[in-house]
Amino acid sequence: MKFSIAALVLACALATSLAAPAAAQSTDLGDPIGEGGNVETVFEDAAAAEEAGGLTGSTTDTSDWQDLGIAIPAFATDRDQPTPANAGGTAALGREIAQVITGNLRNNGLFKPTGPDSLPSPSFPQVTAPAWSSWNGRGAEMLVHGYVRARDDDRLVVGCYLYDVVLQNELIREGWVVRPADWRRAAHKCSDLIYARLTGEDPFFDSRIAYIAETGPKDNRVKRLAVMDSDGANHRFLTLGSATALTPRYSPDYSKILYLSYVDGNPRIYVYDIGSGQQTLVTENRNPTIAPRWSPDGRSILYSMAVNGNTDIYRVPVTGGNSTRLTDTPGIDIGGSYSPDGRQIVFESDRSGTQQCYVMDADGTNQRRITFFGGRCATPEWSPRGDQIAFTRIAGDFNVAVMTPAGRNLRVLTNGWQDEAPTWAPNGRIIQFFRTTRNAGNSSLWQVDLTGSNERRLPTPVDASDPAWGPIRP
Amino acid sequence: MMTFSTSKAATAALLTSALALSACSKSAPEELPPAPITTPGPAAAPTPAPTSSAPGVGSQAHFEGAVGQSAVVYFDTDRYNIDSSDAASLQAQAQYFAQFPQLTFTIEGHTDERGTREYNLALGERRANAAKNYLTSLGVAANRIRTVSYGKERPVALASNSGAWAQNRRAASIIIN
Repeated sequence: MKFSIAALVLACALATSLAAPAAAQSTDLGDPIGEGGNVETVFEDAAAAEEAGGLTGSTTDTSDWQDLGIAIPAFATDRDQPTPANAGGTAALGREIAQVITGNLRNNGLFKPTGPDSLPSPSFPQVTAPAWSSWNGRGAEMLVHGYVRARDDDRLVVGCYLYDVVLQNELIREGWVVRPADWRRAAHKCSDLIYARLTGEDPFFDSRIAYIAETGPKDNRVKRLAVMDSDGANHRFLTLGSATALTPRYSPDYSKILYLSYVDGNPRIYVYDIGSGQQTLVTENRNPTIAPRWSPDGRSILYSMAVNGNTDIYRVPVTGGNSTRLTDTPGIDIGGSYSPDGRQIVFESDRSGTQQCYVMDADGTNQRRITFFGGRCATPEWSPRGDQIAFTRIAGDFNVAVMTPAGRNLRVLTNGWQDEAPTWAPNGRIIQFFRTTRNAGNSSLWQVDLTGSNERRLPTPVDASDPAWGPIRP
Repeated sequence: MMTFSTSKAATAALLTSALALSACSKSAPEELPPAPITTPGPAAAPTPAPTSSAPGVGSQAHFEGAVGQSAVVYFDTDRYNIDSSDAASLQAQAQYFAQFPQLTFTIEGHTDERGTREYNLALGERRANAAKNYLTSLGVAANRIRTVSYGKERPVALASNSGAWAQNRRAASIIIN
């Protein structure tokens, strides 16, 4: 079967006028948010960033570092200057950056950070030469220093230093040049630097989340496509709410979002271009298309399509062209999540009678069932590290669980009434999912560690579902 | 949302069959549409009469007035087969659509909330197609029937219990105006 990408551009009108209520029949898109700026990494004085003891090595047991105290005073500035990033100038921005880092490290339950509001503020020269005597006895084994400098071209230089208070030496340093609008990214980069250095794990803070914002009563729910930073900041609605939007997925390079919209009255997958604010159908076809997924290299899209009621999984190049059908059994074959190397796909099928998880080679061959635990397996998502598959375990209630790609070592991580649709943090350490309450039907985003601990709710402006965590930003 | 209202425009013959069939409908929704009221009147005006308060042919109210609760068929958990009570409801629908061959309609497939979102979209599609296939087997032309799945996105019963879920596992026929 062959299909081609539609050249159906729905959003042209929005380039010149926001909202355009008259066009609500054909489009539900809001103002394009544009793509973010780049973050240039500055390796300052790399010689000083040599390995210097402290906590190193790949850690999978969190007990070594989860009680580590970290002092994060305000970032200094060489000269308090106005900046578009903060009405109070670069000095106030330095305090805010330290607060963002403190929030990041605290919210994930891994450390005991102390923020700038209860700490002395180092001077600019002290950033590279800490006043050790003032940091002893505060219960913090680690010390973060940093600075903010506004360049003549308005860009900001943010430096980040991690010190071991006991050993009185520097563990790592790095700097970044960002647009003023991207100042939070520098704070996330610094958080990632600290996190990676202390845990041995890959970073994840400088990433974004696409999800569905929900409002209204249970029988008349308004569902809008929305995006935000990993900590909930920089929140934006991308659709207006006149059409139900579901199941978004960020492309690996953050330039596009796949999602389902009822904008033409039928459930169909669109490829939304974040930079231009335009979108195209994933395939030109009269049949409903659901459950969009990206390949790890961003070149292919998986979607599921129902033909005469029978749903199968297809792959299409992101540039358009022919679709390849990957499954052909009677029943619902749906979803699909690539292994990080792109060679295999875990997907969901009810060919056996109930929803179960299967693995196939990327070309659709060698399909085999991997779940036999007695309940049902839905929405499998392959870990970015490749060694785990997260899924919705349906056994009475709905829980988030993980297992190996062979279907072994099943571990249930949550115990809500309806916890659904896990998505991995870029480093494969944290799983995000959405939780629906019984009767009221309220939905919210939650995170839980791979170990099943540190479960917490991610604040969102309104109810939220269908989270999709993107990779670390370049 | 569907709206229910009384109708005086059903033919006596159709009314009899609809009432008889409704008696064997398997599900018992809490919010039943009112029973059709027998009133003399034109059986099938080709277009809605603008001055009449009676719902005209081509309206959802007219359809529901004629077939009663047979406008919706219900399914067991995670199933999409047409059982005997579904068949009776669809036979009533087929009679109606045979009588008004100018009408086109949408079959909306729905699920209860106790399934994952994407699977439920596929399951609703399967239910809508099962109802469509049964109607076409009864002689309703396939090109008169549009299908759409809403999965678990549009429940009619809002509680989280087995009674509400039974009402939400449905395929509802909606007249296209």
